[in-house]
Amino acid sequence: MKPFSQAADTLDQELAGKIDGILAAHGGDATQLVGILLDVEAAVERHYIPEAAAYYVAQKLGVKPTQVYDVISFYTALHDKPRAKFVLEVCNSAPCRVKDSDALLAALKRLLNLEVGEVTYDGRFSIEKVPCFGACDVSPAVRVNGVVYGHLDCEERILDMLQQLN
Amino acid sequence: MGKAVSFITRNFGKYDPASLAGYESIGGFTALRKALTMDGYDIARVLADNGVQGRGGAAYDMGKKWSQARDVKGEHKCVVCNADEGEPGTFKDRELLRNDPFQLLEGMIIAGWSVGADNGYLYMREEYSHLRPLLLSAIEQCEQAGYLGENILGSGLNYRIHLYSGAGAYVCGEGSALSESVEGKSGRPRMKPPFIKQCGVFHLPTCVNNVESLSLVAPLLLDDEGYYKSQGTEDCPGTKMISVCGNVKRPGVFEVPFGITIREIIYDLAGGLEDGHELRLVQLGGASGRICSPAQLDTPYTYKGMRQADLTAIGSGAVLVVDERTSVIGFLRMTQEFFSHESCGQCTPCREGNRHIALLLDKVAAGTHTQKDIDTLKKFADIMSSASLCGLGETAQSALLSCMKRFPEVFAVKEEVAVR
Repeated sequence: MKPFSQAADTLDQELAGKIDGILAAHGGDATQLVGILLDVEAAVERHYIPEAAAYYVAQKLGVKPTQVYDVISFYTALHDKPRAKFVLEVCNSAPCRVKDSDALLAALKRLLNLEVGEVTYDGRFSIEKVPCFGACDVSPAVRVNGVVYGHLDCEERILDMLQQLN
Repeated sequence: MGKAVSFITRNFGKYDPASLAGYESIGGFTALRKALTMDGYDIARVLADNGVQGRGGAAYDMGKKWSQARDVKGEHKCVVCNADEGEPGTFKDRELLRNDPFQLLEGMIIAGWSVGADNGYLYMREEYSHLRPLLLSAIEQCEQAGYLGENILGSGLNYRIHLYSGAGAYVCGEGSALSESVEGKSGRPRMKPPFIKQCGVFHLPTCVNNVESLSLVAPLLLDDEGYYKSQGTEDCPGTKMISVCGNVKRPGVFEVPFGITIREIIYDLAGGLEDGHELRLVQLGGASGRICSPAQLDTPYTYKGMRQADLTAIGSGAVLVVDERTSVIGFLRMTQEFFSHESCGQCTPCREGNRHIALLLDKVAAGTHTQKDIDTLKKFADIMSSASLCGLGETAQSALLSCMKRFPEVFAVKEEVAVR
């Protein structure tokens, strides 16, 4: 079974256009590389940086591809492999763990029939464990594409959160 | 809420954080106008006179930092605002950025004038990317109004602020790693010396301050009645932003006067523990903070008081309350998991130390440890604290070392294992 297409690994006109816009928004400034790559990742449906995009950014900014990959591989928030349309980032740090985020993680795994790091067959959902994202006042919390969903301490709220993702 | 005060948070809810006109209508940028008539050293002296210590965790004397930054010779200098609030349990800077971005920008501009910098870098963690549009628009509005750019308010100051984004690396809160990251590289800490104050961002003299420290500048310059100094205790005046989370009824951000006790923070401000549960421990200052046992709750929350009680001296201002549902060793493993993930892998004590301490903690949790394991645990933790390249490795084992002191029973060796 071939679960989903890997076609996004070529740089199409549309993505190149989006990257041009992102570079312009950062003033074409190579020192803004981290922020630029974050924006590229957000512009790709599966939230990662395709190889062709990485090379394109390097060429446009006049930096070496190795520098781009040094940055991608160093920072937790940057990825070089396809993820999901909705990456459910579950906080794995103590402030959420003492509020039983383990139960939240177990519920997500059961509801989506997924393990951490796996992607659903349609490429829509994946679960990742991440360090604290500063939502400790509403813990246990999940962050999806930059949006925080807090107080996920019962199944009803977890289902509610999942249904909002479309 | 009897003990909460409002000094740095005085503008919260008073104006629309998206509107410069709103900020000006409540007296915004009068501190900048005042600062531009003052000498840079005098501004630093105001901070020193008020006894302000940096809010990032190291608690460095802020007035001293600014006058030293002014002393450094250099055609170009930078100011960095460290908004890479990565300590788990800390979210006070998030509230300052969200509710009062202009007060922070005003503080950054005053910092630029005081130390003689021409560029300011606001380095914000990726996790707060939802605040980017707000801050970008705030910077743009300041540029249009002439608070940023060339010859600001006719003073001759040329100063710009640039927003930079982190990408989920805890180590980038460290000054030299942050500098690398702003240069568009991976954020690995540099060897020191040279120190950041001489050679930081783009190898220029750099003055790094926390969001809270910089947000404090504008209200302090306008504090003619000495309200700030009247708060707190004699040896530790002022107020502090804290973030309380964990097993409490009302987690959140509070501004408190120094000298409040940890008990008052937990039971008065945060509403006490969740019903039917008992306190196990409190971690102060984030994941790199030491552990406070229930017996230490009456320690006054001041730099000196905390140091005397062998606790982290304020640190990031995080207060993580943990009840009896989490065991001490279970908690230490959570903290360890964080550091094992966040160690950048550059220096051996931190990279290998974290890995082996995690394995030994698993053994302690399983109850199969020997006295030799405990000695090794202590030895590795000590090596990490003294030989790591940056603050991450130096403080990663604070929780473990303080738990070994405060909860020795957790590490006691079971006899049948010891014999084997």
